[in-house]
Amino acid sequence: MVDTAFIVEVIIIWIKVVVVALVLFSMPLALTWIERKVAGHIQVRLGPFRVGPHGILQAFADMVKMLFKEDVIPDRADRLLFKIAPLLMMVPVFAIFVAIPFGDKVTLPFTDRELTLYISDMNVGIIYVLAVSGLAVYGVIFGGWASNSKYALLGGLRSSAQMISYEVVMTFAAVGVVMLANSLSLVDIVRSQSGGFWHWNILYLPVGPVWFFIFFIAGLAELNRIPFDLPEDEGTLAAGYHVEYSGMRFAFFMLGEYVAMVSISALAVVLFFGGWDDPLGPFAFGIPPILWFVAKVMVFIYIFMWIRFTLPRYRYDQLMTIGWKVLIPISMANVLVTGFMRI
Amino acid sequence: MAEKFFFLMFAVVAVGSALAVISLKNPVHSALSLIACLLQVAAIFVLLRSPFLAVVQVFIYVGAVMVLFLFVVLVLNIKKAQLETFPKGRRWFAYAIVPVVGIEFLAVIFGKSFTATGYEAAVEEVKVATLGRALFTEYLFPFEVVSILLLAAMVGAIIMAKKRWD
Amino acid sequence: MVPLTWFLALGLILFMIGAVGVLIRKNIIIMLMSVELMLNSVNINLVAFSHFLDNVRGQIFAVFTITVAAAEVAVALGILIALVRNRGVFSTDEIDTLKG
Repeated sequence: MVDTAFIVEVIIIWIKVVVVALVLFSMPLALTWIERKVAGHIQVRLGPFRVGPHGILQAFADMVKMLFKEDVIPDRADRLLFKIAPLLMMVPVFAIFVAIPFGDKVTLPFTDRELTLYISDMNVGIIYVLAVSGLAVYGVIFGGWASNSKYALLGGLRSSAQMISYEVVMTFAAVGVVMLANSLSLVDIVRSQSGGFWHWNILYLPVGPVWFFIFFIAGLAELNRIPFDLPEDEGTLAAGYHVEYSGMRFAFFMLGEYVAMVSISALAVVLFFGGWDDPLGPFAFGIPPILWFVAKVMVFIYIFMWIRFTLPRYRYDQLMTIGWKVLIPISMANVLVTGFMRI
Repeated sequence: MAEKFFFLMFAVVAVGSALAVISLKNPVHSALSLIACLLQVAAIFVLLRSPFLAVVQVFIYVGAVMVLFLFVVLVLNIKKAQLETFPKGRRWFAYAIVPVVGIEFLAVIFGKSFTATGYEAAVEEVKVATLGRALFTEYLFPFEVVSILLLAAMVGAIIMAKKRWD
Repeated sequence: MVPLTWFLALGLILFMIGAVGVLIRKNIIIMLMSVELMLNSVNINLVAFSHFLDNVRGQIFAVFTITVAAAEVAVALGILIALVRNRGVFSTDEIDTLKG
């Protein structure tokens, strides 16, 4: 009943999962250093400089600090929920990457075996990604509630309202992409854009750029990043939902936020920028597709950092107005236009 | 074989968390258990080769409905909600009647009618396109009715939760 | 393959747990959650029959159930907020203004 081919398949899936998880776990280390360097250079200062050349080992120093820091649990906090909240934040953002395609099939050297550079090609991929990324809100809600602190609770409440509102917006953007690609599978969505940058969804004029604009704003709000970082607005809330957290638990929240940033960047690339597709199309000169994917994701991560250190923060009512009174009506009109164009 | 193992795993967790929902005192803990239970039900849907419904379950139930529940629990005064005590003896009716009805239903399920042949599992996953086509042709009228219902519920919820009548 | 009866039994057990929850709890929020549990168990049955009869109808019906459940929760929680704001009660036993 159990044959070798099946066992080999299972082992390959395990290896893929482990590799993706390890890459995602190590990425925040690099990203924190890059983010602080970007911040430094945008604000005309040096950024971290002490540990290693150009402060490149700063992230490891921070990690050691986080590991040895005392783990404080506030008095009268809900201890169980307080402990699992960081995990509830982390698990969904890792689960997103099950569906994200990093590249097409490649043939392994020295063997005939074909390897797909994605863990799973679900036929409901895009809804899966949206659904799972929506679960990250529980980490914020439970973290805020379990801390037994009014700042944390306010941060959690704000955050849940914000994330739910912008999830609607993001779903609309996904609807637009599905209408353009005629498929819910992320692999099919990338394949429908192949053949050079003029085939990408972002250049499907006139609706493509609008969809991307809507998606990008919603992504910023989902990530709780400036200009929509109201849940951790230090001016009014001290630090928002994770104000009571310290040590490794705080590090888990940070890890979750960075991996979420990577996931939104990857999603933007997959949905609008052709995924692993070579921008030069027929004139390509042999750069492996997966490197294109990584490069595009890195550009997006840089854009997120750039925005963070450039723009001021919105007020909370402005945030809600933008979501419900601007983006959703635009999306509805855009669905109509896209529908007419696809007839 | 593997499928039976997975089914039992999901089912045991689902039943355990469902029991936790009705027995925990704090509504926030109940909500967390219900989230766990709903995720198990989504996994059961995957075993039933209905990936679309599984994802919709996670999206709408876990991602929206339960957040709404928690939001309300958080906004309202949680301390008062915790004060509930379990009534003793007064609810004997529930404890008595529910197991009787349950056993009766179990007898029906494991009786002749459902274990008989003729219930062969489909092999293929249901394609989302098939589902969508059925929804927008054969079931168009119910679909429209449900959308009106959603609109009515939205208006109703906003009016009910409004602070003042102006 | 998992037989149909197992799915039906799971649905039944969840339904019974939900029913007990509605009957023994007084906290409105938990009663609502129990109702959600019962709706979910019904969905398991619908999808199971859809799978075993190879007919898409059950899944369509489950989609409608989920939609109606979402609408129901929104309205019920709206009522609950209005109730708590006006009368400050959480328990069904305290809502007895109509009692003679």
